[in-house]
Amino acid sequence: MGKFILRRVGVMLLTALCLTFGVFFLTNLYPNLEKLAKTQGNFRMSDEEVQTYLNNNGYLQPMVAKYGQWLGVLPGYVIEGTDGKVRAKCAERQQPVEEVDRYCGILQGNWGYSTVIKQPVAGIIVDKLALTGILMFWVMVLMVPAALVLGVMAGMREGSRLDRTLSTFSISTTATPEYVSGVLFIAVFASTAVGLKWFKGTATSAMDNVTFENFFLPVLTIAAYGMGYIARMTRASMAEVMTSQYIRTARLKGVSFYNIVVKHALRNALIAPFTVIMLQFPWLLNGVVIVETLFNYKGFGWALVLAAGNNDIELLLAISVISVLVVLITQLISDIGYVYLNPRISVT
Amino acid sequence: MNDSLGWGAITGHILYQFIPVFAALAITFALSIWYKRKLGLYGKLFDSNIGIIGLALVLFWLYTAFFAGVFDMIATHDALDQSASMKKKLPGTPYSKLIGTVDPNAGPYYLLGGDNLGRDVFSRMIAGSIKVILIAPFATVFAFMVGITLGLPAGYYGGRFDTMLSFISNLVLAFPVILLFYLLVTPEIVLTGIPVYMAAVLFIFPIIFLVILWNSRYRQQVRKRNIYVAITLIIGLWLYLGIAWDADPMGIVGFPPNLLVVFVSVVFVNSPTVFRIVRGLALDIKTRDYVAAAQTRGEGPWYIMLWEILPNARGPLLVDFCLRIGYTTILLGTLGFFGLGLESESADWGKMIIDGRKLLSANILHIAIPPALALLSLVLGLNFLADGLREESLRD
Repeated sequence: MGKFILRRVGVMLLTALCLTFGVFFLTNLYPNLEKLAKTQGNFRMSDEEVQTYLNNNGYLQPMVAKYGQWLGVLPGYVIEGTDGKVRAKCAERQQPVEEVDRYCGILQGNWGYSTVIKQPVAGIIVDKLALTGILMFWVMVLMVPAALVLGVMAGMREGSRLDRTLSTFSISTTATPEYVSGVLFIAVFASTAVGLKWFKGTATSAMDNVTFENFFLPVLTIAAYGMGYIARMTRASMAEVMTSQYIRTARLKGVSFYNIVVKHALRNALIAPFTVIMLQFPWLLNGVVIVETLFNYKGFGWALVLAAGNNDIELLLAISVISVLVVLITQLISDIGYVYLNPRISVT
Repeated sequence: MNDSLGWGAITGHILYQFIPVFAALAITFALSIWYKRKLGLYGKLFDSNIGIIGLALVLFWLYTAFFAGVFDMIATHDALDQSASMKKKLPGTPYSKLIGTVDPNAGPYYLLGGDNLGRDVFSRMIAGSIKVILIAPFATVFAFMVGITLGLPAGYYGGRFDTMLSFISNLVLAFPVILLFYLLVTPEIVLTGIPVYMAAVLFIFPIIFLVILWNSRYRQQVRKRNIYVAITLIIGLWLYLGIAWDADPMGIVGFPPNLLVVFVSVVFVNSPTVFRIVRGLALDIKTRDYVAAAQTRGEGPWYIMLWEILPNARGPLLVDFCLRIGYTTILLGTLGFFGLGLESESADWGKMIIDGRKLLSANILHIAIPPALALLSLVLGLNFLADGLREESLRD
């Protein structure tokens, strides 16, 4: 088991390295740097001014050198600009160049500085993750029990009318992307045109104070999209368990249907959905970006859109590191959890 | 000046506009049910309710896009035509123009109202369907060609090749789709030419696939093989040059760079998943007896992969194909939602939804709801169709 985890962590680090280099490469292409220079300076910069700005701020070094500096395996640049000022990557504001550290990459715990929010990246990421964490928590609280109940009810009598209705329902929820269901929910539940002003159409106020009124619609929107898939997996797993020998034995013994479902079938039927729920996290991340944009909730996904729209290289890199790690760690947990839950499977 | 229409009249007018679509649907269904027994899996679809509903929804949008795109029917107005006096007007408002003359061929009403620039929501919804119907199925076909061409040998041979490809596909899959879109589908990236190189790599796969397909099948019949391979190469390379490199020697085939980047990134996002599915199926099927029989007969590996393994994997692949078109439709909507990869004017469901979203708080619902429902019904149809197919192919 230890060896398995070690190998997976190795692959994980390699993946994260490859992906961050990919992001680094795409954000550091010249047209993107030009856009960055123009948003930082002004939009009417001439080509030479763009060049000077980029050169003074260390953007025109070779790609690999810049990546190494961001990682912290190469010493940060110290460049004497054309304006006579000396700029160093590792310098804090107003810090003299002689005193700065030689290395300042993520290995030294320095995530860089956001060019669009004008704050250190690490602080932004912590804030935004906390906000999105609250959202994710409530999504899980709503989605997982609802999906499991749906799946178990549909799967306990395969082919029945209840099964057909619930299955159609779960197909419909998986077929409704967040930006469609979100808009429909807002139109129905938050506008005076329909008249049901039950909830608020934006979640901006939920950043300070989460209430049922301002937070239910975004949570429901994300949960609805993920729910159908988990429900279908649970249904398949439940339907398989219900045809197994020990369930037939229990039935022949005269155990009541309720007891068969709750005491005999449920525990075995919930192994497969566990992995599916863990693997849903990457999907939820997508949903979070859409829903945070739709409901104007300034969390992690909102920061992604902002950073990507403004080519904020260091913020974007930090965001991709976090999201890739979330994906890979949930995969690892789902694999390990599967082994623990199901004694018939072994990793070796 | 006409009066505004009530909801009953609006419904009537809309149904009237859709008459060609309904006629085509009725003919298709009548013929299909009549010849049900001779139509194989497609005919069996008519035994399941959910399959019929799915097929009807999908065909509805297919015919709508066809009639609107080819014959310029159904839509009542030009999707890009703005009218200052029609801004944010309610459904059923009579059509008028503040500046310029009214187009005599345009319909007398904005059936679903006007959007924030005074364009007809109904016509824009119809125009949006053309784009989706044109891109989604083709992008899915390309993703399948890439996934199959790489997934079959990965599953069949295994080893280093498999490890490497699986690593790459996991790499792409570990990336949040929206971040990838934000990095790839921007005007800046189009300037660097990266989409063209990606297209050059991805679009060569259909040609490779078809050439290997014919070559492995007709290796004994050299004449037949040469004809098929030659036709594939001539047409394929001509299209390839035109689409990927925009260098068609005859100048007929071309692809606007804005659309190319959307197409390429959608294919790029979809192919790793297809690769994984095909690889898994190949791993499973290669242990069957008929594969061993073919090996004993001395068939080549590509013959076994393409003519023994692939046909036996068609059930799950067909189901996934339907689901994936739906997913691609969702992705296209996502792109439009974030305003990526399209001209600011063009009619796109995702773009219309986000534009209308801003007005929802002002209680103007008719701009966001029609494209939302259109997208929903198409994706729902594809999912139902996939479910119907799964049910019927399991019964085999």
